[in-house]
Amino acid sequence: MINSHDILETINMIDNENLDVRTITMGISLLDCIDSDIDKACDKVYDKICRYAGNLVRTGEDISKDIGIPIIHKRIAVTPIAMLAAACPTMSPVKFAKTLDRAADTIGVNFVGGYSALVHKGFAPGDYALIESIPEALSCTEKVCSSVNIGSTKAGINMDAVAKMGKVIRRTAELTADRDCIGAAKLVVFCNAPEDNPFMAGAFHGAGEPDCVINVGVSGPGVVRAALAKAGNCNITEVADIVKKTAFKITRTGQLVAKEASKRLSVPFGIVDLSLAPTPAIGDSVAYILEEMGLEQCGAHGTTACLALLNDAVKKGGVMASSHVGGLSGAFIPVTEDAGMIEAARSKALSLTKLEAMTAVCSVGLDMIAIPGDTTAEIISGIIADEAAIGMVNSKTTAVRLIPAIGKKAGEELNFGGLLGQGPIMDVNPKSPAKFISRGGRIPAPMQSLKN
Amino acid sequence: MNAIITVLGKDNVGILAKVSNECAAVGVNITEVTQSVLQGMFAMIMLVDITGCTVSFSQLVDSLTARGEEMGVKVHVMHEDIFNAMHKI
Repeated sequence: MINSHDILETINMIDNENLDVRTITMGISLLDCIDSDIDKACDKVYDKICRYAGNLVRTGEDISKDIGIPIIHKRIAVTPIAMLAAACPTMSPVKFAKTLDRAADTIGVNFVGGYSALVHKGFAPGDYALIESIPEALSCTEKVCSSVNIGSTKAGINMDAVAKMGKVIRRTAELTADRDCIGAAKLVVFCNAPEDNPFMAGAFHGAGEPDCVINVGVSGPGVVRAALAKAGNCNITEVADIVKKTAFKITRTGQLVAKEASKRLSVPFGIVDLSLAPTPAIGDSVAYILEEMGLEQCGAHGTTACLALLNDAVKKGGVMASSHVGGLSGAFIPVTEDAGMIEAARSKALSLTKLEAMTAVCSVGLDMIAIPGDTTAEIISGIIADEAAIGMVNSKTTAVRLIPAIGKKAGEELNFGGLLGQGPIMDVNPKSPAKFISRGGRIPAPMQSLKN
Repeated sequence: MNAIITVLGKDNVGILAKVSNECAAVGVNITEVTQSVLQGMFAMIMLVDITGCTVSFSQLVDSLTARGEEMGVKVHVMHEDIFNAMHKI
């Protein structure tokens, strides 16, 4: 029989330490739905999603009950809609967003990702129209998530797209100002976007993916923190080992769920994403792990080092636990979705500049950060450019998900409710990068040798 | 096919009997039991064979969880898969 200590440990992780599988995300290719008649294309999109994912939610619930582990979200990621919009250039792509929203309602998923465009080297037909339509699309839908890839290590950074996205983020916040600017919380700007990421709001189904695939995102910051707390006063080598072992266990549950979902839905298994994804629930925080390592509060000097250790150890433990690893895989630091980060931002222990440094060593980037409502589009573009540069030079994914709090100032709060959480509006450096942003063009791809 | 039933909570009369009866009634065979009472806290782990179970696994989970609630203890019924996955390489 399995060791009774192991059994009780697993049950304790689930009952008291918020162990869960964060999401089962079905990736669906919509390339065969392309049609020059946008209504026909939308019908095909709706039919295909409902046909492929009709059983997704029920299957997820069944697996959850059989295995005994909560599976929080069941979601859909689709081919970047800009590729479909390219075939109907005279029509607004917002129709696609409404179709995705309707399909999500029908099958019961809480988010559908893929209202996206990949423009790291330039705008192809469909891309520009889609980006222009993002503010309207996110304000008139509930469940659609949007992402735009504006840079990559191989292509450099498209500064025209960076300039554009500053305006788009502001406009999206303005159009949803009556709902705490929630539209901007569903919009991610990427550098080096992964094609198989199961986590929202940045999930989309890349062009290199199969017709349909199951990707699973694990979670479990509470479990890691509790394991470190139990270990007491050990040295950093031991801390790294504890994180590795715990990440292994967490990821094995993800792998089990992924295999089971793949079998029951007859859809190939893609990847397990090893991310430690926090929620606003007490005890489900990445910041608390860093504090458990010995920081007075997240944001203190030493935070970047602790996060680098955590991120690396999670990968080392997780890689062995799963046959295919992908997506974002690392520790997430979304400010409004993490109880410890919220406290640190409120007390000003954590600043935007410190967060930027932290993103150099972890996935994903400046995530879920509320900024003052009077922040200009150029400053937002400047933040995007900085973050994309970190991703480009370090060959890693970085992203920006900022929420301009229209009509509010630093120190006030935004409250999205639910998983998106709440948090204080953080200070932004008000000096203008307007001239730099207005230049346009592309930052050339960086050297991949002579590394220093 | 095996499942693991755990019962955790405050000790009181007849916990083992009630859980066993519930299992017997639906054809679930108990193959191993470990049980301890530490300072009034009851902890029991049962390995059961559910191959001959006459109800669906989800119904078994629901009925045992409900029976646990009546007794004021927490009952988990889980496939052994998750424990094997997590603790065996």
